Amino acid sequence: MVEHRPLNDIIAYAILTLGVFIVAFPVYLALIASTHDAATVISGNMPLLPGSHTLENYYRAVFVGGSRTSREPVGHMLFNSFVSALGIAMGKIFISILSAYAVVYFRFPFRKAAFWIIFVTLMLPVEVRIYPTYKVVSDLHMLDTYAGLILPLVASATGTLLFRQFFMTVPDELLEASRIDGAGPFRFFKDTLLPLSMTTIAALFVIQFIYGWNQYLWPLLITTQDSMQTIVTGIKKMLTTTDELAEWQLAMATAVLAMVPPVAVVVFMQRLFVRGLVETEK
Amino acid sequence: MANVALRNVHKTYPGGVEAIKGIDFEVGDGQFCVLVGPSGCGKSTLLRMVAGLETITGGDIDIGGRIVNQIEPADRDIAMVFQNYALYPHMSVYNNMAYGLRNRGMPKPEIDTRVQEAARILEIGALLDRKPRQLSGGQRQRVAMGRAIVRQPKVFLFDEPLSNLDAKLRIAMRVEIRKLQRRLKTTSIYVTHDQLEAMTLADILVVMNGGRVEQIGNPLEIYQKPATTFVASFIGAPPMNLMPLRDAGGFKAAGGDGILGIRPEDILLLNEAPAGGLALNLTVEAIERVGAETYIYGVRSQQGDAPTVSAKPGELPPGEVIVRVPGAIAPAIGERIRATAPREKLHLFSADGRQRIDL
Repeated sequence: MVEHRPLNDIIAYAILTLGVFIVAFPVYLALIASTHDAATVISGNMPLLPGSHTLENYYRAVFVGGSRTSREPVGHMLFNSFVSALGIAMGKIFISILSAYAVVYFRFPFRKAAFWIIFVTLMLPVEVRIYPTYKVVSDLHMLDTYAGLILPLVASATGTLLFRQFFMTVPDELLEASRIDGAGPFRFFKDTLLPLSMTTIAALFVIQFIYGWNQYLWPLLITTQDSMQTIVTGIKKMLTTTDELAEWQLAMATAVLAMVPPVAVVVFMQRLFVRGLVETEK
Repeated sequence: MANVALRNVHKTYPGGVEAIKGIDFEVGDGQFCVLVGPSGCGKSTLLRMVAGLETITGGDIDIGGRIVNQIEPADRDIAMVFQNYALYPHMSVYNNMAYGLRNRGMPKPEIDTRVQEAARILEIGALLDRKPRQLSGGQRQRVAMGRAIVRQPKVFLFDEPLSNLDAKLRIAMRVEIRKLQRRLKTTSIYVTHDQLEAMTLADILVVMNGGRVEQIGNPLEIYQKPATTFVASFIGAPPMNLMPLRDAGGFKAAGGDGILGIRPEDILLLNEAPAGGLALNLTVEAIERVGAETYIYGVRSQQGDAPTVSAKPGELPPGEVIVRVPGAIAPAIGERIRATAPREKLHLFSADGRQRIDL
């Protein structure tokens, strides 16, 4: 046990508070900026207290879009982001749970090789394979489509590994009991493995939803129409103006809105998420 | 209801390890067969081969007149109770028992009748809505049994089902399993390493060692007439005292050397050996008093006081001897005692221990 001294506690808390402050302050600023009118934000003297234009800013951001640059309203971008993040998260879970099931429970030729190939793809994130991936997606006419936003990001070595580790902790006797109970491979998967994997699925969902939500480079490359862009790329475009002032208050409102869904996912699924990562006893 | 026959069954793993080296035996309809042996002797593997969880690489397994070598576990009409129970953790007790029946497409009302009946027999009616993690070890054990009973299979297979329970519960469940099996009259094969379980449960006892059968028979017969020194020392606790004889002469010509065995409870603390019997001088090294009886751990005196055997059975080298006497007797440590055994209680084996020689 570490010795308890009041002074140590004070120092520790001070450092932690400082850390929290450093991380939280920009977020706070964004929140504040989204409540003032354009002139106040631009003036250079950023107020530290909320202003009076909250409703107006958020209304315009969500439903109208920027006035000077004809951008999509955030509502639509949120929808795009939501669809692609959800698609990526669910696609990853679907594919990785099935591939882990195959790798752990079935004996087929080159099983080890298959596993290692999956493992090696960890070294090939989107950024590395971006040119060939773009070529494939464009040849398949998936530019500016949801499929194009989702499919290239769906394969997941991380998910496969996580499920594999989990499946290895499931006692063999459960599989054997299932076989004696007359459950074939699919039944065993559906009736036993899937319900037991729920917490792992929740953990993976949280991680992958945020991963999908935060995608920047890929959506930026393959979406050309404003109607297909995601909120993360949308924020950037809001600030790219040629000869006019950027509408910072709207950009900040958009940024705040962009933060809400991932935070909500984490908050609501936190309990499951933590259990999924730490639970070992089945 | 069926008999189970194993004919020259072999199991060789892909790596070349031979786990089962040719086993033959038959369990009659409604009999309770216990496979017993030290860990690694292949008894669990053999049971899993009967269940269909391990492939059979040689010979035939016959359940109820049908060779099941190539048949899936679910279609062999067997039910198995696992050592760790293998209950589905996410299903209620009811669903754990009903799952196998549902997979067979049995109509709901019949499933319900069967589950309720099994729950009544096992007295787990109040637990049907609980999840396995809310149950104690003994209760889980009962659910695992229930899952086997509802199937109404031809054969029950038990893989060390009691080894995760505490000692007291183990004895209670042992009696219960026996009663249940008598009542249902279902052919059963039971694997254990506990010789007490083996003795008390079995109609037929199969003692295994190193992938082979050492002896098959009625438990008491095996106890009274072990076929090899392995069986002699494995069945019975404390184990039989085994002493090499340099010249088995006195005990009938066995072609030279042999091994002499005496069960601890057959040794009497008398001064005079019975005619034709054995007498040993022992120095008490340790005693264990368990209440009803006392175990004396003695060492045969080495020199000067040479061990004497009245029927001249050759020489006995020094070694430890365990004597089991009534609880009232408690010699002091270091005390010299004279242990004798009548001739009819002695066991003689060939020098390699593989063969029993009748005295």
